[in-house]
Amino acid sequence: MSETTKTTNEEILAEEKAMLEDIAARLSGFARERANLVPLLQMIQERHGYLPPDAINMVAEYLEIASCEVYGVATFYNQFRFTPPGKHQIKICLGTACHVKGGDIILENFERKLEIREGEITPDREFGIDRVACVGCCALAPVATVDESVQGHMAPSKVEGIILGFQIEKEREAREKQKDDAGEK
Amino acid sequence: MAKILIDKKEIEAKEGANLLQVCLKNGFYIPNLCHLEGMDSPPASCRLCFVEIEEEDGPVTSCSVTVRAGLKVTTDTPPVRRLQRSALKLLLSAHDVDCARCPANKKCGLQTIARFLKVGLKPKQLEQLRKETEGMEDHPFLRYDPNRCVLCGRCLQVCHGKQGQPFLTFAKRGFDTVIASYGEKDLSNTTYQEFTACAQACPVAALGPKND
Ligand code: SF4
Ligand code: FES
Ligand code: FES
Repeated sequence: MSETTKTTNEEILAEEKAMLEDIAARLSGFARERANLVPLLQMIQERHGYLPPDAINMVAEYLEIASCEVYGVATFYNQFRFTPPGKHQIKICLGTACHVKGGDIILENFERKLEIREGEITPDREFGIDRVACVGCCALAPVATVDESVQGHMAPSKVEGIILGFQIEKEREAREKQKDDAGEK
Repeated sequence: MAKILIDKKEIEAKEGANLLQVCLKNGFYIPNLCHLEGMDSPPASCRLCFVEIEEEDGPVTSCSVTVRAGLKVTTDTPPVRRLQRSALKLLLSAHDVDCARCPANKKCGLQTIARFLKVGLKPKQLEQLRKETEGMEDHPFLRYDPNRCVLCGRCLQVCHGKQGQPFLTFAKRGFDTVIASYGEKDLSNTTYQEFTACAQACPVAALGPKND
């Protein structure tokens, strides 16, 4: 276990470093004007899926404004997130129909199962939870979307099933990778 | 110097002075939360400091008026009081009124204004709303209670007016708006005093040093 956590940690660090380098390289494409604050943030969000604290500081420094101001502007808009999205993003619908059908219980189930709260991701970045308003298939309430697939008539047992499915899949991949590695030698 | 009339009394004040300040200094109390002496651009966000000025259409916020000769100001007309009471009730409906356990008890801006306007601290007509967002749990020196904060912005004024990097900001929006602290971990030379100076501007003890 500790071996795998170590490699994931290293992977995450390397990813972060690459991401900051990518951002740094693109800053100069924008004039140093306050009016470019939101466009800059959008560029980062679009390319990397979230705004890491270091990126916020980089933007602040580039535009010569305080990083708390950048943060204030960024939190104003729903389009920016501040934690990396999970590899599997689970969105629980709390629109009117799903709310009536107990969507909050499904949300709570996911939160408890993954030991994170909505808006957060698991430490290994495998799963993230968000809440959304109506996904447009109220007849299937309560609804959750898991990555791109819509899961209707959600129930606590299905929550277990979905997570278990991903875990089995991941273990299988790991085994195959091991086999491949062994085969190559 | 300009001569103006406040509640029929003649007052001398400097041309261009802030009307709210002039009223307060001359003993005419006007409820106010978001104003700080010496501000150059008052946010006029608390909507409490209304007065009526002859020749203006309706009540105006005194903190955004500058003195000019001949102003005729009335501070206590029924429309003024009506606006002030509604603004205060709205603030109280989203405020965690728990005075016995609040460090601001007896020196709280809301208590003073409520007493002056004769408004109960727990207005019955309005639904009580509370924010779910948490405060600044991980801040080294400050604590913040979003359900006490009246979003007057005074802490921000102090924080952004001081030397060096500011660290406080409004975050999120609408009813979820809170005061957030950002980037203070990189500010090795931001001293404890600077933090507490910003917190001291808070009229309701929503922001304060961690240990009180
Ligand atoms: S923390 Fe205090 S000073 Fe700052 S906005 Fe809230 S009520 Fe005003
Ligand atoms: S309310 Fe959930 S899909 Fe419409
Ligand atoms: S003091 Fe004038 S609007 Fe707040």
